[in-house]
Amino acid sequence: MAEIAYWEAIRRAHDEEMAHDPLVIAMGEDIGVAGGTYKATSGLYQKYGSERIIDTPISENSYTGIGIGASMAGVRPIIEIMSINFALLALDTLINAAAKIRYMSGGRVSCPIVMRTPGGTAHQLAAQHSARLARMFMSTAGLRVVTPRGPLDAYGMLKSAVRCNDPVIIIEHESMYNMRGEVPDHEVFRPLEGAEVVRTGSDITLVGYNYSVHLCLAAAEKLASMGVSAEVIDLRALKPIDRDTIRRSVEKTHKVVVAEEDEAAVGVGAEIISVINEECFFALDAQPVRVHAADVPVPYARQLEKAAIPNADDVLAAALKVLGRV
Amino acid sequence: MNRDLLRSLVYDMLLARTFEERAAQEYANGRISGFLHLYPGEEAVAVGVLHAAEPADYVVSTYREHVHALARGISARQIMAELFGKKDGVSGGMGGSMHIFDGTRRFMGGYAIVGETFPIALGVGYAIAYRGLPEAVICFFGDGAVNQGTFHESLNMAALWRIPILFVCENNHYQIGTEIHRHSAVADIHKRACGYAIPAEKIDGMDVLAVYEAARRALDAIRNEGGPRFLEFETYRFRGHSMADPGAYRPAAELQAYLHDDPVDSVIRAAETADPTPGKQAPIRAQGSPPSPFRGPAWESLTAPDIESLRAEAAAVVDDAVRFAEASPAPTMEDAWHAFRRNRMPDGPSAP
Repeated sequence: MAEIAYWEAIRRAHDEEMAHDPLVIAMGEDIGVAGGTYKATSGLYQKYGSERIIDTPISENSYTGIGIGASMAGVRPIIEIMSINFALLALDTLINAAAKIRYMSGGRVSCPIVMRTPGGTAHQLAAQHSARLARMFMSTAGLRVVTPRGPLDAYGMLKSAVRCNDPVIIIEHESMYNMRGEVPDHEVFRPLEGAEVVRTGSDITLVGYNYSVHLCLAAAEKLASMGVSAEVIDLRALKPIDRDTIRRSVEKTHKVVVAEEDEAAVGVGAEIISVINEECFFALDAQPVRVHAADVPVPYARQLEKAAIPNADDVLAAALKVLGRV
Repeated sequence: MNRDLLRSLVYDMLLARTFEERAAQEYANGRISGFLHLYPGEEAVAVGVLHAAEPADYVVSTYREHVHALARGISARQIMAELFGKKDGVSGGMGGSMHIFDGTRRFMGGYAIVGETFPIALGVGYAIAYRGLPEAVICFFGDGAVNQGTFHESLNMAALWRIPILFVCENNHYQIGTEIHRHSAVADIHKRACGYAIPAEKIDGMDVLAVYEAARRALDAIRNEGGPRFLEFETYRFRGHSMADPGAYRPAAELQAYLHDDPVDSVIRAAETADPTPGKQAPIRAQGSPPSPFRGPAWESLTAPDIESLRAEAAAVVDDAVRFAEASPAPTMEDAWHAFRRNRMPDGPSAP
């Protein structure tokens, strides 16, 4: 068991899947000769060549479409979009084509692409490089959306995604590529569905995904010092949502906070609270609360950025409010 | 052999026209709904190009793709049933008129987002090139599609990576209701391919023999020399954009002139005479390409009774297709879920 960085985990998954199957290719801007903006494909161009590690022009919609077409003809492409903000350019091929081709073809043609892209705020990247957008993709029938919170899932979910016959979107995070975590030395596949209880507790449920899981864990730590036992759920997959794990936890704790880095409207928190309403409304002892970003484009100025994006203290404050301790 | 090819071209032209006119009737009868885009007037392009293609070549088409599917050998029954939204349709009734798919015939879909087909076809071409196969992908699109960003993005990458793709522009001069000089700064569409160093030519798209020869030359070049080729076919649709569009924006004289040049009538006239293209300039043949199958000693014409029997056969096939579509059951929600979820492998292999 070695401790490796998030980017190294992604790189290892690429390497293993490309070695395993000659039909696996990767494509994106600067992923080859330059080694990738986040080093997720570093060294692979030298190992697998320019036909398998493809440096693309800045044409997001079309190279995503190329991945889609190639996947329909048997190739398994991993498409890297340098920033989720740029994935907006690929919404047509992703949503109008990839998500719908199996259905439109009556189940006869599949489109097994993987799209990897970092969302989230980092350090003053300003309004056009700080979008999160998970809520946009999770609303589309026909896509899978997963959000690895650390190196193990970043590695094991990418491997599963490459072998999955559905289009899979993997949302990484600008601030997480250097996060370290243990990944077994042997090959591991992590499921593309199913939430995970990452900390058990009995007084309140904190729900997060991707980066916001870490905010929940930090808040849970502080709650523990105050004598509150918080359970933390990592959603792992935003599509499909694991309703059972959420229901079981809320039936135990009767209180819930959902933390998301995105704006609230039509978002992850809205969806999770709807799921709770449908699954176990009468188990609630208090109103559920969402922790989310301010409803503004992400500011550039350091203090404003900090104020606009939720942190662990915001999750803590929300938990105390739900607990009636404010 | 050549006579067989000619017979096949004539038959497919007749089948295409008969199928589409019948689809219009069935739409009026209320048995086909949604958007229905018909192909009369443009038959020579799909029929000519797809006769020149090999069975292993892939096709990516638009929302006006019934005739491409027919010319690819998908049965009239399966296509009509799809238009009727029935379970035995080629896409199980899930796609409809605009979304015909048949992986077994390498027909990789009809798409209703204009310009979306360029990158998808290019990706299919990438898969071919990556495996080093002697195949090609044929990408059909209209003149209205060439002002999408994907057109330029895709031409760039096709040339950059030498993808075995044949771009086939069906230039019917109208982007729905907007005439080409009102939507394109450069109306000679094939000239745009020069910007990406892709060999391109403009061909009379009302002449199925000229279309066939041009497509064959281009596909030969793709297979022998590699890289993309671009053909612009000048054609015309005799109907409106869809059944919802009477096409009133077009001058009557313009429509009359094209109706006079009806590609189905033209190929029949040509087939009945010794010279297949009387009064027409033979397309310039690329150096080193094989001789035309329509010229030389092997040429034989078809007789009037031959044509009548082909016409009757096409009519019978379309009648049968309508009966088949009518009899086919409607798909259920269970069928829909099955189509949507088929092939899913949600969790990947389990951890060791």
